[in-house]
Amino acid sequence: MGPVFRKKNLIIIASVVLLFLFPAILPRFYVYMAAIVLIYGLAATSLNLALGFGGLYQFHHAVFYGVGAYGAALMMMKTGLSPWLGFIVGPLIAAVLGLVMGLICIRLSKLYFGMLQISLGSLVWAIVYRWYSFTGGDDGLHGIPVPDLISSGSAAYYFTLIVTLICTYMTYRILKAPFGSVLQAIRDNTVRSEMIGVNVRRHQLMALVIAAFFAGVAGSLFVAVDTTAFPDMLFWTLSMEMVIMCLLGGWLTFMGPMLGAAVIVALRTLVSTYTVYWALVLGIIMMLVIFFLPEGVLGWLMQLSGKRRETGPENNEQKAALAGDR
Amino acid sequence: MLCQIFVGLSRTVILFIVASGLTLILGVLRIPNIAHGSLYMIGAFLAFTISKMAGGGTFGFWLAMAGAPLGVALLSLVCERGLFQYLYEREHLMLLLLTFAFSLVFGDLVKLVWGGEYKSVPVPPAFQGFVPLFGGLPFPIYNLFLLILGPVVAIALWLLVNKTKIGKIARAAAVDREMVGAVGINVSWIFACVFVIGCFLAGLGGALVAPTVSVTLGMDATLIMEAFLIVIMGGLGNVWGALLGALIFGLTQSLGILIWPQFGIIFPYMAVIAVLLFRPTGLLKSTW
Repeated sequence: MGPVFRKKNLIIIASVVLLFLFPAILPRFYVYMAAIVLIYGLAATSLNLALGFGGLYQFHHAVFYGVGAYGAALMMMKTGLSPWLGFIVGPLIAAVLGLVMGLICIRLSKLYFGMLQISLGSLVWAIVYRWYSFTGGDDGLHGIPVPDLISSGSAAYYFTLIVTLICTYMTYRILKAPFGSVLQAIRDNTVRSEMIGVNVRRHQLMALVIAAFFAGVAGSLFVAVDTTAFPDMLFWTLSMEMVIMCLLGGWLTFMGPMLGAAVIVALRTLVSTYTVYWALVLGIIMMLVIFFLPEGVLGWLMQLSGKRRETGPENNEQKAALAGDR
Repeated sequence: MLCQIFVGLSRTVILFIVASGLTLILGVLRIPNIAHGSLYMIGAFLAFTISKMAGGGTFGFWLAMAGAPLGVALLSLVCERGLFQYLYEREHLMLLLLTFAFSLVFGDLVKLVWGGEYKSVPVPPAFQGFVPLFGGLPFPIYNLFLLILGPVVAIALWLLVNKTKIGKIARAAAVDREMVGAVGINVSWIFACVFVIGCFLAGLGGALVAPTVSVTLGMDATLIMEAFLIVIMGGLGNVWGALLGALIFGLTQSLGILIWPQFGIIFPYMAVIAVLLFRPTGLLKSTW
């Protein structure tokens, strides 16, 4: 479809090749950080499926991420089955949890939806935090026996990279499919979508389950890279951080959350070497973004290049839709 | 059992004072203020500093109870006039994130100013010791003081919202901001007033809780979540709803620990879920 698209493809291919070369050209620590970026990026991308494209106030996404991690970790530690199974079971548990929470929350609108989700998520967090005999309580789980094949740093990185690429591509296809278009139509005008015969609740529920599944994948990848799982992975502050990643990168773009995750993880690593006041820096960055870059970095770049936004709807209508029922 | 109920009730008072400030801001300004918890924490730390500088004792205690909320109110005034007032027209998510940014900044500022150690605020001599309750159960006098203070704050807040001019204007502005502006009232300053009053309550809650717990970093993260759930449970913007929600939350919390010590903390969350399943928009009528 014209030179813009070919250029875009070229950029994607180049960055994928670069990502595959990382372990060869970078020291171990940076490879680890790159894996963490990919994991958070996948989690934020899955969040954006519900938040940016679905228009649902998914305030407690970290629960699915954490449950995916715990599911995978416990599968590897407590059962004698193949540890690879953990990478399937973890995300599936997260998806089931997403379905259950979705069924409970979906009837509510906007802010109430988000708040009930936070409440349910806090319940899950409290259980994980206190159930010492099963989840290790506030100590978390350490030394999780990941499969031998991916136990080395660069192997874990390659595993993370490949899974992340597959999942990101799947998310992209989902959004480009009719389902994705319907989802965005619901976000932009729920009433109108309902009038033309769209089953709003079912589509939103599907989006929640898919988002939860991919967040669970991200969580299980964290287990592969870090061989730990801890209750902070389910705490609501991490959920907020994921929302920030979406916002910073541009929550109306597809690659925005990935970019936001990269920026935040890189900045955190950089700032932490100089000072312990990372939260202060993050807070100030957030304020600047909210005031000056409400569309996120990628959204801003796309506006600069004069291109219409990928997701279609015009600025004002979008804002009206996101502002919701106020 | 009875003792545990009273402990739960004094917890209720703190939760109510913080949540009522939150609900006031949410009801009138439509800001889901995550920084509220941080202001509560700052209130507790300010109470520590003021009571220490005044040399402790009864005088220091009262000075801290008055000074800490006022300090928090001043801080919130600066924030409101400096940043929040430009964002009222933006969507909820942006406001939520802005307040979260504030909570991050406040959290680190507290770390910068007071450090990470545990602090404690002395209970004044008049409030030390225990009183026997029905059946001779010993009950801390300070908690009794809290139990008396709770209804006082509730009534004062009710009078403020329903009987004063500023309360009436604020309620009108909550319903239709443009209309109130059109009749010649400076809505921006009314909003600032409400915001400051709400934050004053957060500071008050922090100052009041300071003598009963160890004041430390991170006391904001769980409290703000509890306060939000109380507000949602009671109905957004409804002060009596906040009282009811705080009552349910405080009691399920204290009784839950009695019933099942290990998982006591899950009971309040389950109460919230139960309430929202049957009354999706809260127990009492919400303002929006």
